[in-house]
Amino acid sequence: MITNKRIPVREQKPEIRRNNFNEVCLGYTKDEAIAEASRCLNCKKPLCITQCPVNINIPDFIQHIKNSEFELAAKSIARASLLPAICGRVCPQETQCEGQCIMGKKNDAIAIGKLERFIGDWSSEHLPTPELPKIQNGHKVAVIGSGPAGLTCAADLSRMGYSVTVFEALHKAGGVLVYGIPEFRLPKDTVVAHEIENIRKMGVKIVTDAVIGKAGSIDELMNKEGYDAVFIASGAGLPKFMNIPGENLNGVLSANEFLTRINLMKAYNDDYDTPVKTGKKVAVVGGGNVAIDSARAALRLGAEVTIVYRRSENELPARKEEVNHAKEEGIQFRFLTNPVAVIGNEKGWVKSLKCIQMKLGEPDASGRRRPVEIPGSEFLMDEDTVIMALGTSPNPLISSTTPGLEVNKHGCINTLEDNGLTSREGVFAAGDAVTGSATVILAMGAARKSAVAIDHYIRTKYNEQTHEDK
Amino acid sequence: MFVILEKKRLNPDVLEMKVSAPRVAEFAQPGQFVIVIPDKTGERVPLTICDYDRKAGSVTIVFQVVGLSTRKMARLEKGDAFADFVGPLGKSSELISESPEELSGKNILFIAGGVGAAPIYPQMKWLNSHGKKADLILGARDAGQLILVKELKENANKVFITTNDGSAGTKGFVTGPLNDLLLNRSCHYDRIIAIGPLIMMKSVADLTRSFNVKTIVSLNPLMIDGTGMCGACRVTIGNQTKFTCVDGPEFDGHLVNFEEAMRRQAMYKPEEKEHDHLCNMDLAVEESHSKSLK
Ligand SMILES: Cc1cc2nc3c(=O)[nH]c(=O)nc-3n(C[C@H](O)[C@H](O)[C@H](O)COP(=O)(O)OP(=O)(O)OC[C@H]3O[C@@H](n4cnc5c(N)ncnc54)[C@H](O)[C@@H]3O)c2cc1C
Ligand code: SF4
Ligand code: FES
Repeated sequence: MITNKRIPVREQKPEIRRNNFNEVCLGYTKDEAIAEASRCLNCKKPLCITQCPVNINIPDFIQHIKNSEFELAAKSIARASLLPAICGRVCPQETQCEGQCIMGKKNDAIAIGKLERFIGDWSSEHLPTPELPKIQNGHKVAVIGSGPAGLTCAADLSRMGYSVTVFEALHKAGGVLVYGIPEFRLPKDTVVAHEIENIRKMGVKIVTDAVIGKAGSIDELMNKEGYDAVFIASGAGLPKFMNIPGENLNGVLSANEFLTRINLMKAYNDDYDTPVKTGKKVAVVGGGNVAIDSARAALRLGAEVTIVYRRSENELPARKEEVNHAKEEGIQFRFLTNPVAVIGNEKGWVKSLKCIQMKLGEPDASGRRRPVEIPGSEFLMDEDTVIMALGTSPNPLISSTTPGLEVNKHGCINTLEDNGLTSREGVFAAGDAVTGSATVILAMGAARKSAVAIDHYIRTKYNEQTHEDK
Repeated sequence: MFVILEKKRLNPDVLEMKVSAPRVAEFAQPGQFVIVIPDKTGERVPLTICDYDRKAGSVTIVFQVVGLSTRKMARLEKGDAFADFVGPLGKSSELISESPEELSGKNILFIAGGVGAAPIYPQMKWLNSHGKKADLILGARDAGQLILVKELKENANKVFITTNDGSAGTKGFVTGPLNDLLLNRSCHYDRIIAIGPLIMMKSVADLTRSFNVKTIVSLNPLMIDGTGMCGACRVTIGNQTKFTCVDGPEFDGHLVNFEEAMRRQAMYKPEEKEHDHLCNMDLAVEESHSKSLK
């Protein structure tokens, strides 16, 4: 019997989880996964696949789960995606696969993300770790950045026989997965570190503490260090500020700073030296995943948190599941509200946030209705800390040190669609560095295409058979 | 691993370490800095590069022991290693982009306060190796706090030493000899480069402003990544917000909002983890300096 209702997933209770940094969602058990998989109609023309950026054969892997063939399910996903344990946790499924699932038209969509996560976790427990590729083709590729794009491209190229070195500016590999997305959503040791370890075992060399553009440029990598191609996966790490008065007061910080202190530097853990402070009241400005993550992290440090967002609830770009989690945990939302100034006390610390009320006007370029100010509606919110989560743009470190590398007006690297080729020969790029801040799955998908293109480029250059031809 | 090749105590509170870091050494330039993580649980500590040896693949840092992180670093001995050592970061000194001809016609004065002598040293050394000796005012709390005197003298033209208590050189602050030099018409300076506690750089900039002498300072705010990612290091330079780690660390001293920089530098002071923990070595220097100014 096919039920209309989704099998509920176990979660830490809001009143408990708001006091810890452990993962909120506990995932399906084997039986729960099989029961949920049994709801799938195995559609002839599955709409879910059309909305998956990497076209995972969703009904196929779900049918395998239904039949308890978890290894086959894992293999099915692996054909399209490298990081199911991660994507199952962080993809915005409600706007992708689950958004189009036929079951969702009348009832609950299949919990595709939760099933994907189940297989990801099952694989890391049960499947052997990957092995070194048997054949090395003798060509070297440098990858800049160790986020989802960099790791994916490195893994694919390594499997094709390339000798791949990933250069990472920070002291830990993982990009946003380690410095941005908090532990309570994406466990660092059991999930992220595990994936990175696997990629290392495949023979990929990861050099941390290496800031390309400062400690050597792309030209030096290619001309002096003998890399045949370079893949730029440096993300979009540059925080935006609002340029409103009082933004440099003590207690105003970027979401990047706040989250980096907490996730990368583990400031919430007393064993670590890096400090973080929030005071009693925190305002987070923005409405994306970054804003929700910052708000929920601040809450866990003991603060009372309000999210200030200039559009209405319908336009919130964050994952729906996380918005719901945040509400359950007691985060307040102030929609249609925009800061105009930060007010400080006599010691130069934040005292309050001055905001103005907004209303929705005509649709803008993004198709969303543009928020406009309501004159004279300013008001003050008492705060100790203001966290700016307004989005990020690519760091110019790479583009400014790579002559001939074209970028658009937002600093995003220009590439040919579908293969990541930049304006520089032998230099490819994908992920947030190309698109501006987007998603893990888009970064991963684009990186896989670049890996194929890099293989093609190098083999053409050396007059060898391409990997695809074999 | 970033092994400590040499460890030397320059004075009771200040240590010099030569660290094996070939990639940093290969690309380091005067004016740039590194970020050091003492151990697995440590903070990211920004420190200016004091010297580098490309052949040996080593970088020298100098730091004052003021809080938890620098104490952790000080406990390490020759043969031990830092968990991480990232760099070179920041822009190199403006000086090194100038041609020898441009430089030879210029009259340059360096002003170093306390451990500020360490970042001044590679610049003077670089200039000297390009055939240009500059003048130097070297200030410290007392004779025991003066560091790198011999090394700096070797690379300098005229050297003026000041100590707050008069135990070496002239009694008083670096602004004393500076004022005399600026009033003395026979020596005109094209550029002054001042590195030390914020309060010292501010006093220098205030003084040189009235004489209209271009003054470069090197800022050392709180930092995390050092690559432009967090904005913790933001400073106001003439009404514009800049990130010190990528836009600096050197800025036009006449445009720096020093009040804001001092306030932001003390941000984590009242609630330090483990009570005595400081995020930035300048803090202690600054404290002693401002006390002694009173
Ligand atoms: C807080 C937060 C929450 C998010 N939540 C979600 C979510 O729920 N779902 C989702 O799909 N997406 C989410 N995203 C977005 C997603 O994480 C990114 O789209 C994705 O990580 C982009 O991958 P990337 O590999 O292009 O870049 P990144 O993950 O940003 O990795 C880039 C790496 O390159 C390194 N680097 C940069 N410059 C250099 C250099 N010069 N030399 C060497 N290394 C360099 C950086 O240090 C970094 O490690 C979130 C982002 C943030 C910040
Ligand atoms: S659309 Fe929904 S029901 Fe149909 S195959 Fe995809 S997951 Fe199954
Ligand atoms: S230290 Fe993070 S932006 Fe400068």
